Amino acid sequence: MLTKRIIACLDVDGGRVVKGVQFSDLRDAGDPAELALTHARSGADEIVLLDISATYENRSTLLDVVRRTARELFIPFTVGGGIRSLDDAAAVFDAGADKVTVNSAALADPALIARIAHRYGSQAVILAIDALRINRGDGNDISFGVKATGGRHSTGRDAVKWALEAERNGAGEILLTSIDRDGTRGGFDCELTRAVVSAVNIPVIASGGAGTARDFVEVFHDGRADAALAASIFHLGITPIGALKQELLAAAIPMRWPC
Amino acid sequence: MIAIVDYQAGNLASVRKAFDYLGAESAITSDPQEIARASKIVLPGVGNFEATTALSGTLQEAIVRAIDRQIPLLGICLGMQWMFDSSQEAPQLQGLGLFPGECEKFPAVVKSPHVGWNQLRLRGDSHLLRGLPRDSFVYFTHSYRAPLVEATVGDCVYGGEFSAVVERGRLFGVQFHPEKSGPAGLQILRNFCEL
Repeated sequence: MLTKRIIACLDVDGGRVVKGVQFSDLRDAGDPAELALTHARSGADEIVLLDISATYENRSTLLDVVRRTARELFIPFTVGGGIRSLDDAAAVFDAGADKVTVNSAALADPALIARIAHRYGSQAVILAIDALRINRGDGNDISFGVKATGGRHSTGRDAVKWALEAERNGAGEILLTSIDRDGTRGGFDCELTRAVVSAVNIPVIASGGAGTARDFVEVFHDGRADAALAASIFHLGITPIGALKQELLAAAIPMRWPC
Repeated sequence: MIAIVDYQAGNLASVRKAFDYLGAESAITSDPQEIARASKIVLPGVGNFEATTALSGTLQEAIVRAIDRQIPLLGICLGMQWMFDSSQEAPQLQGLGLFPGECEKFPAVVKSPHVGWNQLRLRGDSHLLRGLPRDSFVYFTHSYRAPLVEATVGDCVYGGEFSAVVERGRLFGVQFHPEKSGPAGLQILRNFCEL
């Protein structure tokens, strides 16, 4: 049976793993290559590395980190942050990534998804969406907006429509982050996740808000997510991946275990 | 030397990296002469079946001649599908026809592509799968699938059964990505290196 996936995310700035709350307040959490291997051995199904500063000066540092991280990692490895062109993507693939995520650059130029998919295949292109709840009027009328540049700028786009457009453009997966929940450990936004999962026919990775095993059960059951991503709770050992997978198996959610 | 055939179908660096890790010498190449000298050949590849048009001509001749000389060949993902007769993905093209049948799209009852970790069910003896624990999980990412054939030594269930591993003599094909399948995948590549 196809399992649900548990993905460990490394937010990297200047070559180190950092983790903030709601996209700010950064704290050092270790070396990316070491953490990636630790998570892989603990049972992570995939590793995602996001360059959260993605400044021009940091690009060569990032490629070096990708190379070091990829060297002994034999599970799928995704890299994102600051990928603005096919050349940026190619550099990251050459350094050892299996997939890339695109976000702000795809908002400005949706055809970027198609260009990368044409060269590397759809399975190698993940559209990352940073989504924010928008309440209109009586509270029952909720929609989800899309933010760009690390959650800083509104785009006027709707998250569900953007996911659909990206699928038509050749995206192979959607990495869906709830800005409202990011870093709160208060649970995933299941409503947001379910809205996107019901609309598209490609896998959806839920992100933002992971705390306890119960949160993962909910996002797989109620949110119907194909995969769930978390960062600090894994880095800090708050919810060890092995223990989490065993709890999910006990809740009848298919998991790759033992690894 | 293991020749990893480069036909511009996706990223081959991770296959190379896995052989490096296992201490096996490999080279990414599209040179028919280098392929003719190889002790083993790997046909990787992801993406559209159409990409296999790049394998026609002298490259295909070099591969076919190596097969005739009993050089072990491992097709991965699209590389495995090319070892069948054809694929619905690009019906105008022909595969190598080493295994019979046409690769087909997944039925509409399941999401496509099939992405993630799924279980390998062993069916019969296999050199490639030697030492592999029962029901090992391996990493798949594909939109088309190969039919069950006599040479199927491992299958997988997703919208019905399909061939996950085929093996006949020195010919091997895997639908999943052993270079991305953790310890189970490395075991499979090690077995191929040790043939």
